[in-house]
Amino acid sequence: MTDAVIKCESVYKIFGANAKKMLQESNGNVDAKTFQKKGCIVGVNNASFEVSKGEMLVVMGLSGSGKSTLLRCISRLTDATGGKIYIEGQDLLSLKNKELIELRRNKMGMVFQSFALLPHKTVLENIAFPLQIKGVKTEDSINKAMDMVKLVGLEGRENYFPRELSGGQQQRVGIARSLAVEPDIWFLDEPFSALDPLIRKEMQDEFLRLQEKLKKTIMFITHDFDEALKLADRIAIMKDGIIEQLDTPAKIVLNPATEYVKKFTEEVPREKVLIIEDVMEKSNNDNISDLKVSKDEIIENVAEKILSQEKYVGVTDENNKIVGTVHPSKIIHTVFGGRKNNE
Amino acid sequence: MELLKKYPKLFQWLFLLFVFLALCFAIDVPETYKFIRGQAEFVKDPNQSTYTLFGKEVRYYAFDVLWRLPPLLGWLPIWINDFLFFLLNEWMPMEFWNEDTQEYKTRPLVLQITRNITASMTFLIELIREILLGGVKTVVSFTSWDWIDKNPWAELPGLPWTIVVAGGAILGYKLSGKGLAIFAGLVLIYISVFGQWKPSMQTLSFILVAAPLSFIFGLTLGIMAYKSKRVEKALYPILLVMQTMPQYAVLTPAMVLFGIGDHSAVIITMVVAIPPMILLTLLGLRAVPSEVIEAGKMSGCNNFQLMTKVLIPTARRDILIGVNQVIMVCFSMAVIAAFIGAKGLGWNLLLALNQLNIGLALEAGLCISLIAILLDKMSLAWANKQEDYFGNLTFFQRYKNSLFFAASVLIGIILAYAGSFFFKDSFNYLSEIPHNKGISFADFWNRGVDWIWDTFFQTLKIFNTWLITEVLQPMRALYLRMPAVATLVLVVGAGYIIGGIRSAFTVGGLALFIALSPWWDRALVTTYMATFGVVASCIIGSIVGTLCQQNKYTTNFMLGVCDIFQTFPSFVYLIPVMMLFGITDTSVLIAVIVYATIPATRYTIEGLRSVPPALHDAATMSGVTKLQRLFKIEFPLAFPHMMLGLNQTIVFALFMVIIGAFIGTEDLGQYILKALSDKKGAGKGLVLGICVAFIGLIFDNLIRTWVEKRKKHLGID
Repeated sequence: MTDAVIKCESVYKIFGANAKKMLQESNGNVDAKTFQKKGCIVGVNNASFEVSKGEMLVVMGLSGSGKSTLLRCISRLTDATGGKIYIEGQDLLSLKNKELIELRRNKMGMVFQSFALLPHKTVLENIAFPLQIKGVKTEDSINKAMDMVKLVGLEGRENYFPRELSGGQQQRVGIARSLAVEPDIWFLDEPFSALDPLIRKEMQDEFLRLQEKLKKTIMFITHDFDEALKLADRIAIMKDGIIEQLDTPAKIVLNPATEYVKKFTEEVPREKVLIIEDVMEKSNNDNISDLKVSKDEIIENVAEKILSQEKYVGVTDENNKIVGTVHPSKIIHTVFGGRKNNE
Repeated sequence: MELLKKYPKLFQWLFLLFVFLALCFAIDVPETYKFIRGQAEFVKDPNQSTYTLFGKEVRYYAFDVLWRLPPLLGWLPIWINDFLFFLLNEWMPMEFWNEDTQEYKTRPLVLQITRNITASMTFLIELIREILLGGVKTVVSFTSWDWIDKNPWAELPGLPWTIVVAGGAILGYKLSGKGLAIFAGLVLIYISVFGQWKPSMQTLSFILVAAPLSFIFGLTLGIMAYKSKRVEKALYPILLVMQTMPQYAVLTPAMVLFGIGDHSAVIITMVVAIPPMILLTLLGLRAVPSEVIEAGKMSGCNNFQLMTKVLIPTARRDILIGVNQVIMVCFSMAVIAAFIGAKGLGWNLLLALNQLNIGLALEAGLCISLIAILLDKMSLAWANKQEDYFGNLTFFQRYKNSLFFAASVLIGIILAYAGSFFFKDSFNYLSEIPHNKGISFADFWNRGVDWIWDTFFQTLKIFNTWLITEVLQPMRALYLRMPAVATLVLVVGAGYIIGGIRSAFTVGGLALFIALSPWWDRALVTTYMATFGVVASCIIGSIVGTLCQQNKYTTNFMLGVCDIFQTFPSFVYLIPVMMLFGITDTSVLIAVIVYATIPATRYTIEGLRSVPPALHDAATMSGVTKLQRLFKIEFPLAFPHMMLGLNQTIVFALFMVIIGAFIGTEDLGQYILKALSDKKGAGKGLVLGICVAFIGLIFDNLIRTWVEKRKKHLGID
């Protein structure tokens, strides 16, 4: 895989005095409980995955599941205890401090849960901060920062201090700051968790709009499964430091790998997650109705139309060629079946 | 038995008390024992024995070991002295170039270093002093006396007081607005009109040197401690001892190393002011959210950028509170440093107190307090000030404060120049109002004191005698009656019950050090005075605090009063009590009580206020009465915080007891004061200071450990 921007090979992060030694002795079979007895806490346990260019990987887990720790290993805010991490083919853990700073100045941007704005700088200065640290001329950095202000829609507030902004606005500043150096890799650590539900939805939509335009390689951390479903290309679900399942939203909803994952998927309204392609039958049936739907439609949007039919409905691909069929009963089964007591 | 299971700690305490009392009664007072007034350990006495230790003769009383431990640490001060002497006069002689005689001279290294520090400090102080007051020494240090004789015009003129008043007011306006500006103006005008200008500016110049230097050193050390665990661990015990060490005690070693004068006063002040600065820097840097640090790192900061552009600006407020603390310590030292020859208000205050001229002392004290309050308010305003965006202001708006100041300098100079024609034959009142030429109310105050004495003498005397004979002396006798072993058992036992084996060892070690020093009896007297003060302060403080807390306005009022009282340099408290009670133990104790009541009140209020309002509402909805709520909900929850207040109260009380030695008490403070006038007093002063610090630390350790456990139990923090 040449276009894997982030690549992790059995990454471990274990907190404690003798973590490194104990990890070596355990030969890779890390059991959280035995480690805990010896005073070590396992943050990340054998994480291996790749994120390819332009892809958005959402890491979902409850608090204490090690998702933030994993992100901090990959941004090297903490050093991983074991394993290999490659950023665009570079071995991250072997980088010297100077090279690391260089990497961060040019390739990485990060957004934080509590915004982490500098209280003594204005919006504009906050956004220009990474540029100025890098040594960009003041005028250029201010111009660039002004572009960013426009990008996140904060025109007119560039001379405000963070304390004068609402939570949503502050996070817009955080996003703008992380994008100021035009990084290829974008880390977001629960960026919307501290916001009110309505603002959160607004910010998610905004975020999708930005990503549509920018096409960054993204690692997004969240504890909100709905958010993960809404945003992700692929989702990694973590529990106790272990990645329980890593797959596309649809596959996770349809085939939860473990009991733990199932608990999340049970409550998910499938019609909002699945697309027609996920539920269609490949077999070519001649007996189809006049209605045709695209295979990329989300079920919710076409359910009513399909349910009004009695026969199979044809599914088309982007070239308007029929690639499969779906029966109205399948829609009903998808939406109402498979929930708690119906399995 | 059931009671026992329910309260296991209670049983432990009772058992400890029982053992303690049993020991007290079992060990009789030896016949040879008496509390000696005078220098017990250096006076030949028929009951004294001697033995030689490391070539030094140590005298001690042939006490029963259970009754008093032998003063095995008696050699410590002597050693410290000899060590300092050796360091200063014999260690590492080297050749140094001498500017005056133009030749090389052999001098010990440390002596040369201290002399160099002395010279640079003196230069700095003179420089600032002469900017404020005028003089020739700064010019001299760049040229020579001969040159000055030839060029009599080359003299710093000194700022006219009008300019300083305007400058103070403008600074006050910039920091906080009209209120502070008016206050600053009034204070400075008061100082000038009452003829305290010169000593005030002397004190100010001394603070303007000591405070910035302390700030720089404290900040640097604080940053180093933040970056390296090892530095922090090395600094921690020093910081701890310095917090409880009476400021008197550092005077003597500094005197030996740096001599007498303003420069060593500055050095002393720095020694005392740096620890709080370190602590607050450390605290501020620790409080920076980890995400902000990570954001800095992800923006690509290197270590230096992270410190200067992210950490320090974010911790700005705490660091500036540190500056405030530094300034306050400098003021309290301004008086104490007068003992080793710092000129200024403190010197005048000391002189007036020595002559029992209460009126003059009051004026000097008032001046110090006013300046202290002013600088306190200014530095706090600076700390709380939030930056404003000024990119869109016009030139005039942006620089209006500087412009106003420039204008006032001009007007001030013109006024002073005009004044020199107007007041041709006498002093130029528009430039400087000389000392003793201003308005003075000293006589009025003195007459007031006389009147109080004439009118209330009998009442006060009766009260005084009653207090001393009925309360103080029995209490003192009780403390002195404790056998050393019993006291040690009590301290170690308390440590064990509260904090387990670790705590027991710590407090036991601290107590043992005092017991083995030659000043155990004195330490007991110090403790008795402090205990009396603390008990009284706590009763007053908790009652006043609780009453005031019932109402929002009284709460704010009381906290404001506490703020103001806390800014007074501790010495100032001695003035009114001497006015009322003369030179007796009562005066000291009352000063102790007044001074120590401040933290007691403040922490009571803050503790009660920290009870979450939701609990308040929950209690009200359960239908409790006001008293029930107070006793069942608020007190138990506020208790840990109030205990921290007790901690502060003890430290304050100990400080005041030691300072009270100036009036004349028979405790450790008296010895520290004596060590000041003793040529070989450095070691003694230091060890005595450590003894006092250790008394404080014993209580500090016990209370802190208890509070931490209790807070964990209640789930606070």
